[in-house]
Amino acid sequence: MTTETRSEQFQPPSIIGNILRKLHIDIPLFICLFLISLLSFVILYSAGSQNMDVLMRQAARVGLAFLLMTILAHIDPQQFKRYSAILFGMGIFLLVAVLILGQIGKGAQRWLDLGFFRFQPSEMIKITTPMMIAWYLAEHALPPKPKQLLIASVLIIIPTLLIAKQPDLGTALLVASSGAAVLFFAGLSWRFILAISSTLAALTPILWHFMRPYQRDRVLTFLNPEADPLGRGYHIIQSKIAIGSGGINGKGWLGSTQSELDFLPESSTDFIFAVFAEEFGLFGCLGLLALYLLIITRCLYIALQAQDTYSRLLAGSLAFTFFVYVFVNIGMVIGVLPVVGVPLPLISYGGTSIVTLLAGFGILMSIHTHKKLIPL
Amino acid sequence: MSRTYTIKDNLVESRLFLNRIIVAFIAILLLTSGLIVRLVYLQIVGHEHYATLAKDNSIKIEPLVPTRGIIFDRHGKVLAENTQSFSLELIPEQISDLDDTLLRLKALLNIPDEKIDQYQKQRKRQKRFISTALLMNMSDEEMAKFAVVRPYFPGVDIKTHLIRHYPYYELASHVIGYVGRINEAEMKSLPVAEYRGSTHVGKIGIESTYETELHGKTGYAEIEKNVQSRAINTLNSVMPSPGANLYLTLDIDLQKTAYDALDTFDGAVVAIEVKTGGVLVFASRPGFDPNPFVIGIANDAYQALQASENQPLYNRALRGLYPPGSTIKPFIGLAGLEYNAINAGHKVFCPGYYQLPNVSHHYRDWKKGGHGSVNLTEAITQSCDVYFYSLASGLGIDRMHSFLQQFGFGEKSGIDLAGERTGLLPSREWKRNQRKQAWYPGETLITGIGQGFLQVSPIQLARATATLANKGNVVTPFLVNKIVRADSTSPGPETHQKIMPLNPENINNIVSAMVNVVHDARGTAKSIGKGINYQIAGKTGTAQVFNIKQDEKYNENNIDFKLRDHALFISFAPADDPKIAVAVIVEHGGHGGSVAAPIAGKVIKQFLEANNDN
Repeated sequence: MTTETRSEQFQPPSIIGNILRKLHIDIPLFICLFLISLLSFVILYSAGSQNMDVLMRQAARVGLAFLLMTILAHIDPQQFKRYSAILFGMGIFLLVAVLILGQIGKGAQRWLDLGFFRFQPSEMIKITTPMMIAWYLAEHALPPKPKQLLIASVLIIIPTLLIAKQPDLGTALLVASSGAAVLFFAGLSWRFILAISSTLAALTPILWHFMRPYQRDRVLTFLNPEADPLGRGYHIIQSKIAIGSGGINGKGWLGSTQSELDFLPESSTDFIFAVFAEEFGLFGCLGLLALYLLIITRCLYIALQAQDTYSRLLAGSLAFTFFVYVFVNIGMVIGVLPVVGVPLPLISYGGTSIVTLLAGFGILMSIHTHKKLIPL
Repeated sequence: MSRTYTIKDNLVESRLFLNRIIVAFIAILLLTSGLIVRLVYLQIVGHEHYATLAKDNSIKIEPLVPTRGIIFDRHGKVLAENTQSFSLELIPEQISDLDDTLLRLKALLNIPDEKIDQYQKQRKRQKRFISTALLMNMSDEEMAKFAVVRPYFPGVDIKTHLIRHYPYYELASHVIGYVGRINEAEMKSLPVAEYRGSTHVGKIGIESTYETELHGKTGYAEIEKNVQSRAINTLNSVMPSPGANLYLTLDIDLQKTAYDALDTFDGAVVAIEVKTGGVLVFASRPGFDPNPFVIGIANDAYQALQASENQPLYNRALRGLYPPGSTIKPFIGLAGLEYNAINAGHKVFCPGYYQLPNVSHHYRDWKKGGHGSVNLTEAITQSCDVYFYSLASGLGIDRMHSFLQQFGFGEKSGIDLAGERTGLLPSREWKRNQRKQAWYPGETLITGIGQGFLQVSPIQLARATATLANKGNVVTPFLVNKIVRADSTSPGPETHQKIMPLNPENINNIVSAMVNVVHDARGTAKSIGKGINYQIAGKTGTAQVFNIKQDEKYNENNIDFKLRDHALFISFAPADDPKIAVAVIVEHGGHGGSVAAPIAGKVIKQFLEANNDN
């Protein structure tokens, strides 16, 4: 049987509710995601200079993403578990393929052109990496032993480096943290966590050495945005002015002046939070953060309720990575983190990230709605 | 679940997981609080500060766009310049009743409805507070009419722009190129800071190759602006440095002569200054007017150019590939002498065809009855095919390949223009790799008269001719002679010296044969040798566009124009002290001697006469 077992689940007697349950849709999560998508259109309309084309294209992507979510929610999580390693292997293969094609084309390449649409393997690996690590660790008793830790680390580092080489620092960061989150939820001992963090801190100068000039520029700009006002520092200065001038109540929808006056190509993608903060003010920001927290809390709850180790670890990681997404983007826009190309999840313009994110939520819903009456 | 798990293990695991979830949740709450603290700091504590920056007197950093460098020809004639253009622009946010304003403007300036529709469309795509043009390229009359009533039109203003203008229109469009609006792909690849504020970028030709020099360095100004985006005060500025002026080796008058001489034909003329490699003429006909591309060419006009059968957008001089036909013969002849396959007196009997031993196929001469017994000089003068079949057979493809390669066939000439093609200099190896076939002896023969696989571009042919005129000192063609920046001047691209070890006597033999082509009574280009007080060395060529069957007769008047032969001519002058080398290709021109040679003759004449005056 694959029906709900918990009675605390609120069950509206509506037809829609019944349909959603039949579809294995988690209603609270669905409502939050739906609300935030609506909000996304509202902001995009303003940030995209009231261009209906932008909205229509985004609507098509969001529709596709919701469809994918529904399909994935329908699949039993045991199937995800079974195919974790294969999917991960496929992802790595595609990443290597993209890298080689990119080298032939003599330029950065992140896409595989499939004719009717362009596929970005780094998006797929965002989900398959935590799946792989969760599958691998769930095969053994928890907490993981040093040998398993080592293998898991290698499994995380491979896709991370492949993506960093593209170069796509933002995505690499997200993949690494999704893998690390699995390790954390698997009960990685605090001593290890301390050891790894201090090693990473020590490795920073080496990392600097391997960074591309433009990546270094970004870090330098973060440390001193005023040094290059026309180039990289421009975004941070402008976004701080936009957010700050929004004040408590904001300037109202379509009322932003800062983001509108500039030719900021990122105003509807990575820097969309600045537009939002300017128009809706501190209250709006708190509301948005609350909505995000609601989603994350629900996801963590799903993780807690999950019945087997694999589902738990995967759900926990997906929930945490979603938070990392939010934190890195907002942190960058408000000037507390360096600029890495991470969009504001579910709100920024652009198709690939929204599809992956909703695919992740589809897996979470699948975990929650396929629980067995008697645990295995 | 693995069966090694006990119930106890599961409990421990669950508790561990619960612990971790709680820790993660606390971490998430703490980090979110961090974000909130920062937001409070920006939006409450710093609000007044940022609001001042943003609202009343916001300081905007505005790029100061450098003026683009000007392109001159060798005599200082302007080939690409920046001219002023006036446009009527509106900022909708500063206008209280836009529809009314548009109606009044329409009545005042007789603006057609379609322009208003166009404006409305563009306005909706535009960011707010950005002015959008209603009328471009305003006439003096329109400007005067508006100037009188300007106070009654708040939010409407006449703006001045510099736009690129090409005063020679289609004459040198391929070589100078044009600038156009920066597109999305270019936006990503161009340096962000340098192009903030720039709207145009070089797309093709010199404008593209020398983009970095021509563009200049962007400056910036910190400008105080009010909420309507009106500038109040400039605080701080770093001035832009204008783009470099380029002085080309091109002679635009000579270019015009060449272009006009091509008349109704499609084709290309390339002339090179022999001693330096400076390109004097780089003409490709038909050309196109580059000016519409600057303001954004209308879609149907662009489609028409694209679809046009004679491909005006195609740079024939740079990218056109043609069989060289008989113009290859002086080089093959020189190869024969250099490799001692023949000596200058070597004679071949020409019955009008050539046969390989034990093969029945007749390799035909262009002259049906044949040329009789001819030596090398006569063979070049009369362009005897049989002589060169025989010579090619003696040389073999390997030696022909390596000799022709030294003259730059089959490789890019290195001219400072992007998009050059290598052409094709066939070899055994090439055929094995590309066609998976062995090399056949018959292919050696037709390569010897410049047919078959051999493909050359006009610039390659001109370069090889200049190298021959330069007695084996390899010429690298270039277009930019001098780059004049605000603070420094530098010469154009570096050229490398390479000298072929050729026997001067052999070169003299070939050159005198080429002089005969123009000045001998039986020369194939004797028509241009009359009435000049210097000698031209030349060689005609006719390149087959299609193959005629063994027994068929080629009759120019009977066949479709598109299948008629290409006419070619290479030349340099004066023969004893070469100053200019010219290659001419006339598509479907028929005979090299009657169509292509006179074009070269005109170019040479004008160039030498102008130089003698000095």
